[in-house]
Amino acid sequence: MGNGVWTVEIIPAEIRPPARSVAGASGNRIRIGARRVDNGGDEADLVVGFNEQVLLGRLRSNELKPGCTILLEGLWRRHPDPKIAEAYRETVVRLAAAGYRVIEIPMERECRAVAAEARRGKNMFVLGMLCNLYSLELALARDQIAFIFGKKDAAVVAQNVRLLEAGHAWAEAHLDFKYRIPAVRATAPQVVVNGNTALALGILASGMEICAMYPITPATSASHYLSDVFAKVGGVVHQAEDEIAACAFAIGASYAGKCAVTITSGPGYSLKQEAIGLAVMGEIPLVVVNVQRGGPSTGQPTKVEQGDLLTAVFGSHGDAPKVVMAPCTIEDCFYSVITARKIAETFNMVVVVLSDASLATSQQPFPRPQFSEAWLAPPVDQSAVPEGMKPYDWDLASGLARRFVPGQPRGMHTLTGLAHDREGRVAYDPDLNEEGIHYRSLKLAALQRTLKPPPVFGDPEGDLLVVGWGSTKGAIEEAVGALRAEGHRVSSMHLRFLQPLPGGIKEIMQRFGRVMTVEGNWSDRAEDALVDESNRRYAALALLLRARYLVDVDCWSEVRGQPIKPGAVRRALAARLAGRAGERRK
Amino acid sequence: MTLSATECLLQLAEERHALEEYQSGVPRWCTGCGDHAILAAVQRLCRDEGLRPEKTVFVSGIGCSSRFPHYMRTYGFHGIHGRALPIAEGVRMARPDLTVFVNTGDGDCCSIGAAHWIHAVRYNMDITVFLHDNQIYGLTKMQASPTSPRGLKSNTTPRGAYLEALQPLTVTLGVQNVSFVAQAADWIPESLYEIVKAAYRHRGFSFVRIVQRCPEWLPKQWDPWLHDPKRILLLAHAQGLRPGPELARAYPNQIEHDPSNLDRAREIASDADLIPVGILYCNPDVPCYEDLQLGTRLRTVDYVRAGLEAELDKFTVWPQ
Repeated sequence: MGNGVWTVEIIPAEIRPPARSVAGASGNRIRIGARRVDNGGDEADLVVGFNEQVLLGRLRSNELKPGCTILLEGLWRRHPDPKIAEAYRETVVRLAAAGYRVIEIPMERECRAVAAEARRGKNMFVLGMLCNLYSLELALARDQIAFIFGKKDAAVVAQNVRLLEAGHAWAEAHLDFKYRIPAVRATAPQVVVNGNTALALGILASGMEICAMYPITPATSASHYLSDVFAKVGGVVHQAEDEIAACAFAIGASYAGKCAVTITSGPGYSLKQEAIGLAVMGEIPLVVVNVQRGGPSTGQPTKVEQGDLLTAVFGSHGDAPKVVMAPCTIEDCFYSVITARKIAETFNMVVVVLSDASLATSQQPFPRPQFSEAWLAPPVDQSAVPEGMKPYDWDLASGLARRFVPGQPRGMHTLTGLAHDREGRVAYDPDLNEEGIHYRSLKLAALQRTLKPPPVFGDPEGDLLVVGWGSTKGAIEEAVGALRAEGHRVSSMHLRFLQPLPGGIKEIMQRFGRVMTVEGNWSDRAEDALVDESNRRYAALALLLRARYLVDVDCWSEVRGQPIKPGAVRRALAARLAGRAGERRK
Repeated sequence: MTLSATECLLQLAEERHALEEYQSGVPRWCTGCGDHAILAAVQRLCRDEGLRPEKTVFVSGIGCSSRFPHYMRTYGFHGIHGRALPIAEGVRMARPDLTVFVNTGDGDCCSIGAAHWIHAVRYNMDITVFLHDNQIYGLTKMQASPTSPRGLKSNTTPRGAYLEALQPLTVTLGVQNVSFVAQAADWIPESLYEIVKAAYRHRGFSFVRIVQRCPEWLPKQWDPWLHDPKRILLLAHAQGLRPGPELARAYPNQIEHDPSNLDRAREIASDADLIPVGILYCNPDVPCYEDLQLGTRLRTVDYVRAGLEAELDKFTVWPQ
């Protein structure tokens, strides 16, 4: 596993999309390299399709490199339905005319030679072909099959291995090309999971014991995995009756001394807002994971978007300061939960972790984490509260107060969502109301003082600084790297903390001629007739940076439901460097 | 679970507390409000059962009744409207060593929190719930609630409430896994206390609807029942409660009701003319959700480490 790998799932939005349809494509994009790979890349060099219709969707979204090789199931050519056969032949002609190298392969027929139910084994046949084409060791694939189907009987393993070998042999006999991607031998163990599994592993490692959730795409797969394994470390997954209950349940558990997590996606995050405000007001630690998807409303449940940043920062009515973090790699998904729990309990705050559908379903190897006892939560404090101490004894400088947990003698008080004083008593007095808001806000400043300035990718000064957050890190850095190789003076900076923003950002920005963000959320197009500086809606992070630092931060963003590609970022940056505003996409 | 082992040690010393030690502040409910009677009964319960104030949590939502925790010198959680039950469930799941009560009103439980109510019955966690049902929104000043009788004039129904009232007892008795349902009236303190005590002692989701007067907005609402004691139906049974002679004299309408008879409980609860007082249903054998979910193994660092390492093993590619 020395190769760099990044995979992206192609997921149709429906459970049973119509077969042979453009929108119904499901599959996997695999980008593989000799070095580390940090994103899904731009266009495919090789594509395997079980029918020609799914290719049309890939073609339409510019997923195929011009002239790329297409390995296509050929059975449709002689399909009994003349319409299907015709559609197939027409598409193949069109693809060939467009310059693609279409290789028709009788996959199903070949599979039938070794397996009774040929349609279910085709993927193994293809895996065998790919092992051949990419000069990969067949033995490793055999081991993996034995690992995956190990729980089933030996006949299943044997049949899959036969299909694998048949595919390998077929490619060897019939295909006249090979790829060779040299791998550097890995020296340390690597963990290969997607971002949602990494989040769930992070929950295990964080010492949290309770996760309350309600099923929602694309967050749920984290809970599926967690439901399977959490009990192995004494944890509980509670599937609540709704999103609000899930949040309230987690708050109850946190209040009782065991910082809990609730996992959701966009619509669920909206529903939790009032409860999040309660945790802010009561200063109850809480971790909220939002695996963002396309919005607003039901939006695009299986698609990628970074649309919830402002909701995370400003959500819930009134002044509700909370911490907002965004993991930017699969590895980060793991560690960010551990950090989130720690911050939540140290500052008695809500910590929002903003992942997204891209991280959720992408896989990338990362070094196997070395467990540390310090990750875990300390045991629940049940010692008597010192005489005279108050439940909200806000420190004058930091706003921090020691939290009283049920079970602690002398700590009895009623936590309330109403404005309250240091004793926790309901406060109607104007001074007391302002005092509480003051200290709850101060905690963000206290946390901010502990954060390091974000590192700059590239030179510390130049013509253009690109700022990003979340899953776009790999694509942005690839684009910036390519432009730097061409001699452009461009660098990038990726933010893990969105609230509070760490110190030093303004100083970094000031060392560049121009600053812009690249984001997966909506920003008004400057070229639209009615849009000008007085009404242009900026991308979310650009808005935050402009407001905080009084720097003229520009933005480029897209909301196409797909991970932002390095090529698209590169074109946008090149356009800005050349002084053009537009160039949204090719 | 990270607590249980030390718990046994802490329990060795039994403490007794006087009634005043459960009291906190002066309740800001109206004179004549039924909440006072409920508070008195619950404080008496805490004293008589020797509840440790630091190990007891009262969770509430929003409304007049939900101010209840502020007047208890225990831990309290005055939450948000409708969400007392899921908060209490979280407390209970995290800390089965704590005693958890919920105070909720007819708006809090039967309207904005209705979804949680249904599911809380089904979870059957060991929580004691008091539904303070005065059939009106009090704190927001006299709007119809789901339990307001049809025709009730309020600020939001000036020509009378349009719909038939929702009956909390029949709803609760209709949910899978129901394990304890009782009804009390705030103006019969002796039976209120006994019912609250039976609810506390039941292990599972104990639901007590307390018919409650609101002197401010509906001063005459319960007059027909107050003036005619025969319209109170005392439920008596060897497996339930046995009203004392004084109570039986004051409320002569009494029937034998076996609290294990769910069908009969639903019939009794459906009678709109009478207020049944006592235990309608009790089934101690319904499993509690927390018992099904929680492991018994002590959660040590090594336990967590072993579990995590085993999971990481599944996904690790080792150097060749």
